[in-house]
Amino acid sequence: MNDLLSNYLPIAVFIGVAAVIGLALLIAPFAVAYKSPDPEKLSAYECGFNAFDDARMKFDVRFYLVSILFIIFDLEVAFLFPWATVFGDIGWFGFWSMMVFLGVLTIGFVYEWKKGALEWD
Amino acid sequence: MVLKALFFYLFAAVTVASAFMVISARNPVHSVLFLILAFINAAGLFLLVGAEFLAMILVVVYVGAVAVLFLFVVMMLDVDFVELRQGFLQYLPIGSVLGAVLLVELLMVLGGWAIDPGLVGKGAVPITATGSNIEQIGTVLYTKYVFFFQASGLVLLVAMVGAIVLTLRHKEGVRRQDISRQVARGPASSIEVVSVETGKGL
Amino acid sequence: MADFWSSYLWPLIIMVAQSVLLMVVLLVVIAYILYADRKIWAAVQLRRGPNVVGPWGLFQSFADLLKFVLKEPVIPAGASKGLFLLAPLITVILSLAAWAVMPVAQGWVIADINVGILYIFAISSLSVYGIIMGGWASNSKYPFLAALRSAAQMVSYEVSIGFVIITVLLCAGSLNLSAIVHAQETRGLASLLGVPWLTVLNWYVIPLFPMFVIFFVSALAETNRPPFDLVEAESELVAGFMVEYGSTPYMMFMLGEYVAIATMCALTTILFLGGWTAPIALPPFTWIPGIFWFLLKALLVFFMFAMVKAFVPRYRYDQLMRLGWKVFLPISLFAVVAVAGFLRLTGLAP
Repeated sequence: MNDLLSNYLPIAVFIGVAAVIGLALLIAPFAVAYKSPDPEKLSAYECGFNAFDDARMKFDVRFYLVSILFIIFDLEVAFLFPWATVFGDIGWFGFWSMMVFLGVLTIGFVYEWKKGALEWD
Repeated sequence: MVLKALFFYLFAAVTVASAFMVISARNPVHSVLFLILAFINAAGLFLLVGAEFLAMILVVVYVGAVAVLFLFVVMMLDVDFVELRQGFLQYLPIGSVLGAVLLVELLMVLGGWAIDPGLVGKGAVPITATGSNIEQIGTVLYTKYVFFFQASGLVLLVAMVGAIVLTLRHKEGVRRQDISRQVARGPASSIEVVSVETGKGL
Repeated sequence: MADFWSSYLWPLIIMVAQSVLLMVVLLVVIAYILYADRKIWAAVQLRRGPNVVGPWGLFQSFADLLKFVLKEPVIPAGASKGLFLLAPLITVILSLAAWAVMPVAQGWVIADINVGILYIFAISSLSVYGIIMGGWASNSKYPFLAALRSAAQMVSYEVSIGFVIITVLLCAGSLNLSAIVHAQETRGLASLLGVPWLTVLNWYVIPLFPMFVIFFVSALAETNRPPFDLVEAESELVAGFMVEYGSTPYMMFMLGEYVAIATMCALTTILFLGGWTAPIALPPFTWIPGIFWFLLKALLVFFMFAMVKAFVPRYRYDQLMRLGWKVFLPISLFAVVAVAGFLRLTGLAP
């Protein structure tokens, strides 16, 4: 148990060092660079024009669909990780159990393909 | 050991604090970001009890996928948040009932443990000393718990179909690229050679 | 006191020293692959590329760093200030964090955890937040749209990367990155053919070649590299989700991107090219230290990244999504089944 934790402690230290480097880079220009803000400079650049209205707007529901499909396939991958690790030990039963699982999800995949959920327009 | 306790209090405190910020932040996008912080600290807590696979999967699935969806949803909401706040008290009774039910459930689980300490291990596969966390999960998940595994597959299938039924709307008049047709196209089907007499035109 | 010193402080100093060492080496390597990227790109287009600062322009990246630091930092008036600055910070920290588990040579690793590959997978699935937060916090339309598209692109290709990793895991039987390299050192095609010294045959790039190709292309999409950089295409759009950024916050996004590219090169090396192992396990090759082989292979993969940037035209967004969901996903899913079936039938599974 302690062994496991001592494996993870260096990661915490490493992330700490990364955070220090990141912060130093982020703060550096605020400390040393020349600053003279004016309203025009601080307005949103967009593509060079003045912004017409607020940038918080509705967007296509398709992004939503993509991320739902991603959750499902991500879970599928999450189930595959332990399976691949012990693949040699769980025999034919373990193999077929995963094949049935993948088969069920492939039905869903075929359905979404046929429905045109993967088309982007 | 001191270090472990230190990290436990760090993760636990940040989890609770960010969970509180989830419900009290004014901007829903900030709420979701605090939710992500809570997830990551919960993953840290999992690590502390030795469940490394669970910790990583929590990050991959909840933070990497589910919270992205949440972010998309709250960024898509085009509502007046002040107006939304006003209905806050309206939902208070339902919310407190849900909270009370959860609390009772938690008390029952923990209470059972207090009455019969031997209850905890019953029905669960004992943790063996050999092999990593992920190997132990793998050896039982696909064989001993095959029914639950397949049931989760069906749940995912329902989720997939449901998402498509609820959100898929085809726009009218969209011209799509059909790559197989483009590739199969040859000169014979797309070019017509005509001989035009001078001065006549087609 | 002596106990406190030997059991807490000294190990901590060692850890910090190791981390700082790896970080410094990594950042210097990044500075030079950035330079190499520009030089290769220039050479393909018959230009000279950076050649002014230092001999052959070798100090160009450091001059750029200095320039970024001296630039005026602009935070747009409408932006959410905290998130606006947090986004580049998160991008850099996350992309660097992946290197904590990367074994660059036998035993040369900061943290040799059991679930190394899962850790990298988790970190790379988090990197989408830097982009979404940056795009949203800018409070400007184009960054927001670009962030959404970029996020959708990254999640689409992450699925195929996941499946490809599974095929490698099936062959290696472990989630530990060092163990994956060891598996390529000791078993595989070469031992089956009776020539165990020819380690190059053991590398998964040979039996799993189609997976290698899918992984490479998905890695390009995952890191927003050309030909999949259409949301930030510098030469035609302004810079996608980074439009409102300048000074070091902008540089940190670019740094994060290049560190992510280096991570992908290293990961390709570990998963498919046998990590630090020599191609032939015979004396002249085994005399060369493992770190050299690792660097050589990773730089070779980076050279491929750079060449692709130089001569492949950009995709259109619908084509990009089609490639991810309709081509790579079914192929890699099928490959998982095929590899598993083959290993089970032949009894070769570890």
